Amino acid sequence: MSQATDSDTVREDGVIESVSGPVVTATDLDARMNDVVYVGEEGLMGEVIEIEGNLTTIQVYEETSNVAPGEPVENTGDPLSVDLGPGMMDSIYDGVQRPLAVLEDKMGAFLDRGVDAPGIDLEKTWEFTPTVSEGDEVDPGQIIGTVPETESIEHKVMVPPDYEGGEVVSIESGNFTVEETVAELDNGEEIQMRQEWPVREARPAAEKQTPRTPLVSGQRILDGLFPIAKGGTAAIPGPFGSGKTVTQHQLAKWADADIVVYVGCGERGNEMTEVIDDFPELEDPVTGKPLMSRTCLIANTSNMPVAARESCVYTGITIAEYYRDMGYDVALMADSTSRWAEAMREISSRLEEMPGEEGYPAYLAARLSEFYERAGYFENINGTEGSVSAIGAVSPPGGDFSEPVTQNTLRIVKCFWALDADLAERRHFPSINWDESYSLYKDQLDPWYQEEVAEDFPERRQWAVDILDEEGELQEIVQLVGKDALPEDQQLTLEVARYIREAWLQQNAFHDVDTYCAPEKTYAMLGAIKTFNDEAFKALEAGVPVEEIQDIDAAPRLNRMNVQEEWEEYIEDLEAELKDQLREKY
Amino acid sequence: MKEYQTITEISGPLVFAEVDEPIGYDEIVEIETPNGETKRGQVLESSDGLVSIQVFEGTEGIDTKSSVRFLGETMKMPVTEDLLGRVLDGSGEPIDGGPEIVPDDRHDIVGAAINPYAREYPEEFIQTGVSAIDGMNTLVRGQKLPIFSGSGLPHNELALQIARQATVPEEEEAGADDEGSEFAVIFGAMGITAEEANEFMEDFERTGALERSVVFMNLADDPAVERTVTPRLALTTAEYLAFEKDYHVLVILTDMTNYCEALREIGAAREEVPGRRGYPGYMYTDLAQLYERAGRIEGREGSVTQIPILTMPGDDDTHPIPDLTGYITEGQIYIDRDLNSQGIVPPINVLPSLSRLMDDGIGEGLTREDHADVSDQMYAAYAEGEDLRDLVNIVGREALSERDNQYLDFADRFEEEFVDQGFETNRDIDETLDLGWDLLSMFPKEELNRVDEELIEKYYVEEEAEEVAAD
Ligand SMILES: Nc1ncnc2c1ncn2[C@@H]1O[C@H](COP(=O)(O)OP(=O)(O)OP(=O)(O)O)[C@@H](O)[C@H]1O
Ligand SMILES: [Mg+2]
Repeated sequence: MSQATDSDTVREDGVIESVSGPVVTATDLDARMNDVVYVGEEGLMGEVIEIEGNLTTIQVYEETSNVAPGEPVENTGDPLSVDLGPGMMDSIYDGVQRPLAVLEDKMGAFLDRGVDAPGIDLEKTWEFTPTVSEGDEVDPGQIIGTVPETESIEHKVMVPPDYEGGEVVSIESGNFTVEETVAELDNGEEIQMRQEWPVREARPAAEKQTPRTPLVSGQRILDGLFPIAKGGTAAIPGPFGSGKTVTQHQLAKWADADIVVYVGCGERGNEMTEVIDDFPELEDPVTGKPLMSRTCLIANTSNMPVAARESCVYTGITIAEYYRDMGYDVALMADSTSRWAEAMREISSRLEEMPGEEGYPAYLAARLSEFYERAGYFENINGTEGSVSAIGAVSPPGGDFSEPVTQNTLRIVKCFWALDADLAERRHFPSINWDESYSLYKDQLDPWYQEEVAEDFPERRQWAVDILDEEGELQEIVQLVGKDALPEDQQLTLEVARYIREAWLQQNAFHDVDTYCAPEKTYAMLGAIKTFNDEAFKALEAGVPVEEIQDIDAAPRLNRMNVQEEWEEYIEDLEAELKDQLREKY
Repeated sequence: MKEYQTITEISGPLVFAEVDEPIGYDEIVEIETPNGETKRGQVLESSDGLVSIQVFEGTEGIDTKSSVRFLGETMKMPVTEDLLGRVLDGSGEPIDGGPEIVPDDRHDIVGAAINPYAREYPEEFIQTGVSAIDGMNTLVRGQKLPIFSGSGLPHNELALQIARQATVPEEEEAGADDEGSEFAVIFGAMGITAEEANEFMEDFERTGALERSVVFMNLADDPAVERTVTPRLALTTAEYLAFEKDYHVLVILTDMTNYCEALREIGAAREEVPGRRGYPGYMYTDLAQLYERAGRIEGREGSVTQIPILTMPGDDDTHPIPDLTGYITEGQIYIDRDLNSQGIVPPINVLPSLSRLMDDGIGEGLTREDHADVSDQMYAAYAEGEDLRDLVNIVGREALSERDNQYLDFADRFEEEFVDQGFETNRDIDETLDLGWDLLSMFPKEELNRVDEELIEKYYVEEEAEEVAAD
């Protein structure tokens, strides 16, 4: 939230009436819903969340210990907003967009309160290059110039969407701070590199379109079986320790988005530190640029104030929309949306609102769907196309998916990546359950896979799915009679399924090579397993006993395809060897 | 300071009083009962003219004529290095008959959150000497790794073993002299029995650990509400020693289940809308405010490592207490009732156990190059063996393939040789990993698909495989 906020209307101060944790009530405050206020002698930041007659209820974004009735409340007159402009990439913010690096400078390693800082540096100058000239007509949202923001991101300076637009009367290139005017319009409107936007309001777009390109994640089970589209929505539910955060981190690292906004909402401090440490050293597999230069982090950890946790997802998605408006594909991860929902619940219960299911407020479903609705593939108001993909982790109590947050999320999102405690326990990672998970984007993305990867991509995927299904059925029998009691062809199917699981679905996020798998490699690896399958069944038909087939030397090499850097060669060799060794047997 | 005799209502641990001046939220309150006893409490809600107070020592003996004083500040812990070697009660008063504690400073017990940007990622291996932990669920400095146990299981013995044996191997080499002074243990007991408390104290005295420990004791018959304060006092002390005095602090909190019960009691007294199974809806946030007080800070020497212990009601890990804990901490170690009755010591079930900070804390230069692969492979093999045990009960061993039988043997040997080391054995990481290779070498090399081929060449124990073949 900006300090630079200068409101034109001077409003009356109010007085604190009561304090209960993050919820404060004030009397005599002249305020509108969602106005930002400063609470108490220390000026703690808060937001108006209820108005009843002369009594205003405020959620406070900082600890309220020692705040007492009678202290003043000052209204800024502005809704909770973010500062938008160059400098957001390679930054880390708290839930109300205060830069954590600046806060550390100001108050040391522990987060003190009552300290504010603008979301973007007001002092720093940026090199602005106009893309329109004096005399041009510009409309709201239109790009008027560019700024090199980081190594990988060219920032587009746009006419704010709530401007009228008009003829450019002055514009020039040069170095400017974000508050200096870079262009003036004939109607008197002045354009700076910085704009503000209220977080709870979606930025306007011209049209939402059907997404048709995948957000390639470099994760075999996702790209191979349950792909998400650019502009798509996905949920990752799972019990503790099942791999939600690792999956989110993997997406933040390897997804082929232009921009990544990572929201750590009510989770661990060390997980954010990990991102801060790792990302600057990792390279984007596509551009070769450091990952951090396309990333914006929002960290409101579990021990930070709960009201700021409630707002952090909005801060995140507003920043995502802003880059979408520039024509970028943005991926937003929120870990975990359950903590966000719990923050709503906590505030709601302090307000003594009528509780809905499991104590969550009745508006839980509405808030969740409003949030995911802000994702999508859009034609922007300036004519560019951009997308926001939203991927939310869900942390169901007891790992039970029937609870309200999981269920309400399921009704909205189109990809469901269900994590499974059982798989995690046996260290099958990513522990995404292939029976329960689904992607509703599969069909609309098939043409892309056929065009870009291989014509028979969908068939090969279906083959894998069929084998896994069959394995599921056979396992039930095996549980009763043991594997050796099965007919040989079924034993062989089990063997093939094992390779699909262990050599293909499993992927080690911590292995230098395995951590990212290009879709071509995903396809080729499955192809090698299929070659083994096809050749093995031929051998079986020719009378080779299944044990001999399983024992060929080349087969275990399937388990090493994942770690090969020179995978094309390796897989080609391996397929030839599989064929040779099996054909030798008959 | 103004005194009020304006109590209007007493309900469970809560007292409501009328006031005519503004009182700060969270402020400390003293209540004096008619028979002269002073009790302390904290403001839970403050509104114009009325405050609600949570009384730590219980409300027995308080009546409407008791006098109420507001101290104008939030609760503080007097901190000093002299606390080392001392035993305090659950609200921080010395109970060891020692000299008066002269504080160096007084710190707010509700610690401010560490700025995530100022954290340093924990990756320094702590050798506990326990194979099931070091080999499979490695602990690192600054981690919060709880023990999930059940009533009657030997979790305390395990915690004590860790406190006794924990070292950082690197430092041992660098010079043992200054290392001893750097390590401190903070022990926060909440609602444990006198017997359990004695067990801890005796061990501390026997091993001389008390000198470098601070003990906070809230026993089963001490007031329940006080339990909400005890861990905060302990962690405030830990942060002081770690981040101002450069100690590596290990904090053992036991039993978090009693802490959560106290939260539930207060919530019920306040007539709050309860969350799952009657626990407050804010329990996640409340627990996070304790557990997140672990870690390392850039540019500071010390660290806070937490081992909270909790007993899962009904051994059920979906119960809100273990569930919320697991969602906040960086892994968990499970103590298992079945393994315990089989006589496996310590009865750690590695399958559901996890250390999330393991990946960055192990490997070449940290522990050993083969650590990650060995651990992965043993997990996979043990899980497979475990699965087959069910099947064996139905079809018998003969009906299983040779491969399956190997996995069954592995699972047995894993428990009997790798896990079952006793509470007194201290294994270094090389011993642990070598033992792992002994067991893995029961399988043919091709079966070890999680291990790098070069590592197999280097560490695989050929005789082991021959022995198996000869059987
Ligand atoms: N793809 C993967 N490759 C290797 N290890 C993994 C992978 N996914 C998860 N893990 C392992 O599982 C552990 C737990 O994963 P993670 O922290 O993502 O769980 P989570 O679902 O986010 O849990 P919580 O809800 O408690 O935050 C990791 O520390 C890591 O050891
Ligand atoms: Mg997580």
